[in-house]
Amino acid sequence: MDAIISTPAPFATGRWQQHIDVRDFIQQNLTPYTGDASFLEGPTKATQQLWQLCLDALKAERDNGGCLSIDTDTISTITSHAPGYINRDLEKIVGLQTNQLLRRAMKPFGGFRVVDGAVKEKGQQVAQHVREVFEYVKDHNSAVFQAYDPEILAFRSKGVLTGLPDNYARGRIIGDYRRLALYGANALIAAKKADKLAIDGELTEHTIRLREEVSMQIKALEDMKAMGAMYGLDLSRPAQNAQEAVQWVYMAYLAAVKEQDGAAMSLGNASAFLDIYIERDLQAGLITEAEAQELVDHFVMKLRMIRHLRPGAYDDIFGGDPTWVTEAIGGQLADGRTKVTKTAFRFLQTLYNLGASPEPNLTVLWSNQLPEGFKAFCAQVSIDTSSIQYENDDMMRECRGTDDYGIACCVSHQEIGKRIQFFGARTNLVKTLLLALNEGREEKEGTTLLKGIAPLEGEYLDYEAVMANFKKSMDEVARVYTKAMNIIHYMHDKYYYEKAQLALIDTDPGIDIAYGAAGISIIADSLSAVKHAKVKAIRNEAGLTEGFEVTGDYPMFGNDDDRVDQIACEITDYFFAALRSHKTYKNATHTMSLLTITSNVMYGKMTGATPDGRLAGEPFAPGANPMHGRDVNGAIASLNSVAKFDYNSAMDGISNTMSLVPKSLGHNKAAQVENLTDLLDGYFAKKGFHLNVNVLDRDMLMDAYEHPEKYPQLTIRVSGYAVNFSRLSKNHQLEVITRTFHENM
Amino acid sequence: MVAAHHLRIHSIESFGTHDGPGIRLVIFAQGCQFRCLYCANPDTWDPHGGREMHIDEIVQLAISQRPFFGKRGGVTISGGEPTLQRVVLLELFQQLHAAGINTALDSNGRLLNDEVKALLAETDYLLLDVKHINDDWHKQLTGVSNESVLQVAAYREQTGKEMWLRYVLVPGWSDQPEYLHQLGRHFAHYKSIKKLEIQPYHRLGVHKWEVLNMPYQLNDVPPPTQTQLNEVATIFRQYFTEVVIN
Ligand code: SF4
Repeated sequence: MDAIISTPAPFATGRWQQHIDVRDFIQQNLTPYTGDASFLEGPTKATQQLWQLCLDALKAERDNGGCLSIDTDTISTITSHAPGYINRDLEKIVGLQTNQLLRRAMKPFGGFRVVDGAVKEKGQQVAQHVREVFEYVKDHNSAVFQAYDPEILAFRSKGVLTGLPDNYARGRIIGDYRRLALYGANALIAAKKADKLAIDGELTEHTIRLREEVSMQIKALEDMKAMGAMYGLDLSRPAQNAQEAVQWVYMAYLAAVKEQDGAAMSLGNASAFLDIYIERDLQAGLITEAEAQELVDHFVMKLRMIRHLRPGAYDDIFGGDPTWVTEAIGGQLADGRTKVTKTAFRFLQTLYNLGASPEPNLTVLWSNQLPEGFKAFCAQVSIDTSSIQYENDDMMRECRGTDDYGIACCVSHQEIGKRIQFFGARTNLVKTLLLALNEGREEKEGTTLLKGIAPLEGEYLDYEAVMANFKKSMDEVARVYTKAMNIIHYMHDKYYYEKAQLALIDTDPGIDIAYGAAGISIIADSLSAVKHAKVKAIRNEAGLTEGFEVTGDYPMFGNDDDRVDQIACEITDYFFAALRSHKTYKNATHTMSLLTITSNVMYGKMTGATPDGRLAGEPFAPGANPMHGRDVNGAIASLNSVAKFDYNSAMDGISNTMSLVPKSLGHNKAAQVENLTDLLDGYFAKKGFHLNVNVLDRDMLMDAYEHPEKYPQLTIRVSGYAVNFSRLSKNHQLEVITRTFHENM
Repeated sequence: MVAAHHLRIHSIESFGTHDGPGIRLVIFAQGCQFRCLYCANPDTWDPHGGREMHIDEIVQLAISQRPFFGKRGGVTISGGEPTLQRVVLLELFQQLHAAGINTALDSNGRLLNDEVKALLAETDYLLLDVKHINDDWHKQLTGVSNESVLQVAAYREQTGKEMWLRYVLVPGWSDQPEYLHQLGRHFAHYKSIKKLEIQPYHRLGVHKWEVLNMPYQLNDVPPPTQTQLNEVATIFRQYFTEVVIN
């Protein structure tokens, strides 16, 4: 039967027509889908040809040491580069960051020195005229260091505070990229102009600055139009069909990643929005399912090709060259309907049509109310590709009060278009514990970082005394951490303002300030050992701890045992309360994450022996995971321990990574899908927050370790994001292989 | 002597997916009187080994895990041979039922008496290991007769409660077609049998025999190939509606 082609139906009306309100548009026009995956289509010929070109480019990139080429001549802006194509005739969705696929651009306002260093590492030189610019203008990095004090510098150089965005862009802010499609740039400019006029009355530092910022946003919207025009697109007006909607959203996102190179540049929550346009065109017979899938495939292909220029040192912290183009999929609406659409399925289908991939970082917002067909498809995709992560939609909707949110980076909630986030990396909390055991001295060189920490008396460590010192140390670290964060975000706003993203966000949005802590499971086990066994500190001549002797058994985190799990929760609550006692820049709301990214190996290297028996240099567990091999009662007991953390103390996210061999999930695919679905339902009903699911054979990983060229697309999930296994350092790869695999037979 | 209300256990697997329906908390009970040549857990044999665990603690773990059970999962007691501790297990199963959690018992059928019958009445899924249908072979493989195993099966059939058969396939030992057919014929009319699971012999426990300083006799026996497994499944499918390779 031939499809009947008709004019698309008009959108359902609503508040969204008078105000910038994408959420309302979605509420009024969404078509929830409760069926299964059987409607999905494979890749078109054009998709296959385009993807092959990408694979060739990716191979060339790998062969060239992980970076294909750099434009050393141009400071990247929204309009800096001529249009780029993969193959112009085949692309349904166009646009590249530079004029060439995988060519990296310089975004030096975060820190010119870092960009300069990264270019030099690749044996090239930044063009003289670019260098000259920074003889006259200041960047974020130099500004921050002008305001730092010796205390912050010491905490930073001794690895107590790590990964701070003080020499690179902070990222994490999610523009509401859907706005460009729904309203067009002209309407958005008009709204921003009205906002600016409304900033009046007695002017304060805040309102003066806001006026300047809104003016910059308007400029960014004008630039977006100019960028669109280079590709022959009229972004001044709203998108009129599915293809345009996808294209417009991508253009808005592209503007952001041309201007900024933040560690994480999430896409947000686009699938339900795009589905409205796709569904409308399908209903009108304007496109087929294969064409709908092709649009999503081409969009996702583009997202996979996003690149930023990074120095080698950056890779130690964030292994695998991630970009965190995180897209949140699924979840429920506040009114009880599901937000799952056919386009949610189509995004997941890209993992089959294009193969597994770490980016975009596909994140399923899991609710126990999700349609069964969608749950089963997610489980199946996890088993087949290990490329998706899950976060607790029921809990986030309840605690954060919105059903229109994305995930910034790995695990951080962000209401779309209404709130932003100040990223703060994390403190190595294990180092803080060691400060408490060493009179405030750093355990390696003995540098005094904290004053007033009493020496510990007696042969064995005493729980009460250790706790008292530790709490005092946490108070001090919270104080210094806050100073650093306030300086960083003040300067970032001033010197590297995200005008493209903030142009797509409400004027004067709410702000979360996101602190982080690494090593919670080591702390829990260390304190449990001190409390339930006998722990003797072995000290060197300088009196610094260099090892610990543990006599007797003690309960270990990861076995659903309250005797230790409650210690982990108590410390988390305490440290968060300590952070909250300090005033934040722009009165941002405190949040905290229990997260390590892939830095758990690096943290381990930098940290001395700990009272749980861990030797100096041994890796941390990723995120909030129990330590390797200590969760001896199997996966569920391990999940139950992590589920005990109070989300209210760690609203920036609690990361948990689970690696399973396929067999341990069940004896055949159907049983595996059912069991993984039950497992996810169970974990989130227990108020677990986040779960990475890897379903992999250890043998396969070993083979990939030895023959990376055989597995160019092998993807694994690590602490809140997915990485391409072959792009991890050998060290990281080994750590992943030895990490707890749940292998019950 | 085990203290009252305590179970002597070998270990716990909170994410059991191969011992009954759904996700299961599997408790491996300590102690076994069989001496299966292929036993992967010879460290469960000694009835005085392992550690004691109060059944309240087990019930607590199960309740903590209940959201993961969904509509299908529950608690399985495996081993070792759990019926050696039948009295305390009855108490445990009653408490689990009171908490709305289903129970499975993975047994080698060593014993049938009133206490075991009482335990079976509280057992939602009996996973009965039939090691061999031929008594001589059964004795060679396990050191004991299969008489009680068949009695347990017959009794379970009489009660009408659900039972799954489990059959460990050891090439050269338990793969003789004539005996597979004999097993099929013996159980074909049993209405309580919902499933037969073929468990491929594996060698993952060999190192434990070395640790325990016991000679491992099946060193020359390779695990069954996929073809062998399929052949055996084909035979069993003539007699049972659901046959899976576990
Ligand atoms: S019945 Fe089970 S535990 Fe006992 S010897 Fe045989 S295999 Fe081992």
